[in-house]
Amino acid sequence: MRPTPSQTVGPFFSIGLFARPGNELVSPDDARAVEIAGTVLDGAGAPVPDSMVEIWQSESGWGRCGADGDGTFHFITVRPGAARDQAPHIEVLVFARGLLKAVRTRIYFPDEEEANAADPLLAALEPIERATLVAVPEAGRLRFDVHLQGERQTAFFAL
Amino acid sequence: MAESIRTASDEEWAGADPLYDSTAYRSTGLRAPRKPLIILPEHLDDPTGPAFGESDVTALDADLTRQSEGDPLGERIIVTGRVTDTTGRPVRNTLIEIWQANAAGRYAHQVDQHPAPLDPNFAGAGRCLTDGEGRYRFVTVKPGAYPWGNHENAWRPAHIHLSVFGRAFTERLVTQMYFPGDPLFPFDPIFQSVRDPRDQQLLISSFDWETTVPEWALGYRFDIVLGGPRATPLDPE
Repeated sequence: MRPTPSQTVGPFFSIGLFARPGNELVSPDDARAVEIAGTVLDGAGAPVPDSMVEIWQSESGWGRCGADGDGTFHFITVRPGAARDQAPHIEVLVFARGLLKAVRTRIYFPDEEEANAADPLLAALEPIERATLVAVPEAGRLRFDVHLQGERQTAFFAL
Repeated sequence: MAESIRTASDEEWAGADPLYDSTAYRSTGLRAPRKPLIILPEHLDDPTGPAFGESDVTALDADLTRQSEGDPLGERIIVTGRVTDTTGRPVRNTLIEIWQANAAGRYAHQVDQHPAPLDPNFAGAGRCLTDGEGRYRFVTVKPGAYPWGNHENAWRPAHIHLSVFGRAFTERLVTQMYFPGDPLFPFDPIFQSVRDPRDQQLLISSFDWETTVPEWALGYRFDIVLGGPRATPLDPE
């Protein structure tokens, strides 16, 4: 059977998709809590306010955050463990007006140098692509910006 | 030794889906990724995907006409169908979320400035879980068409937005359901972003006598098939 084609979420998805808060996978008071924040940016470097980000980790579940009018999102989650022979990472989907299909990427952790160096996926990417997948430390949290387009475009996986 | 990772252009990979870069839909201009897509080898993929096990979905969430004191204006409809994978197996207990404009073509969203009336009795959002056969059912009102700024005299055909979780990343789907016979199809760059006319038909619901409830509401059927290009093996590697 042919799959049902994808269509954009459009600009008004928040009325349907944000009935409940979804960006805290654990309590901010949890000793293991990690905060990850970022901005979704277009090819001109402008924030994309009508976008949303979903994350998935097998241990702590699924989260969703709207880009809040200024293109920024943030999550409270826990650091995932190493998965088989891979470095710890978080799965990410980004949806937006102007994206006819979600884009998929991953967040890796900057202080996992050893695991990242040994990761079979990261090792196979060009350095410039690899760098787009590793979060950046920032005042008590991690920053992960998503560049939808342009020279600094985030590495996206085929969906 | 580093293993080699394959990439694909969007054109090579997209299958039934629209290309990210669909210029007639203007907002894709600065947002469509342009670099080749990285094909995650199966053994490095997450086999589970974003499962959604929410327990507080109530029957009332699937009835968009009973979320206020009064009845919303417009033509009451029932939208139902089955969610399956590409082999026809039902996708059970998966979350479907919908959102839509009211009968006048206006969303209950602060950014929507279309000068059509808001309906105090219609918020335009609902959700439900598929049953053991993959079936779902919503009660709502038929949304109106509305203008948008994409090009001169641009109008969106009436549609309901749907988000479906599925069981893996390749099954996560956000799409739009349209109504049969809409005269706006040939003029809508979002509908036309689906390139194959056979795939366009998969986005159009069908009027359904069996679902129609006498003296109460018309029924529309919209079946959903989940599974991206990887659902169909591309090569034997």
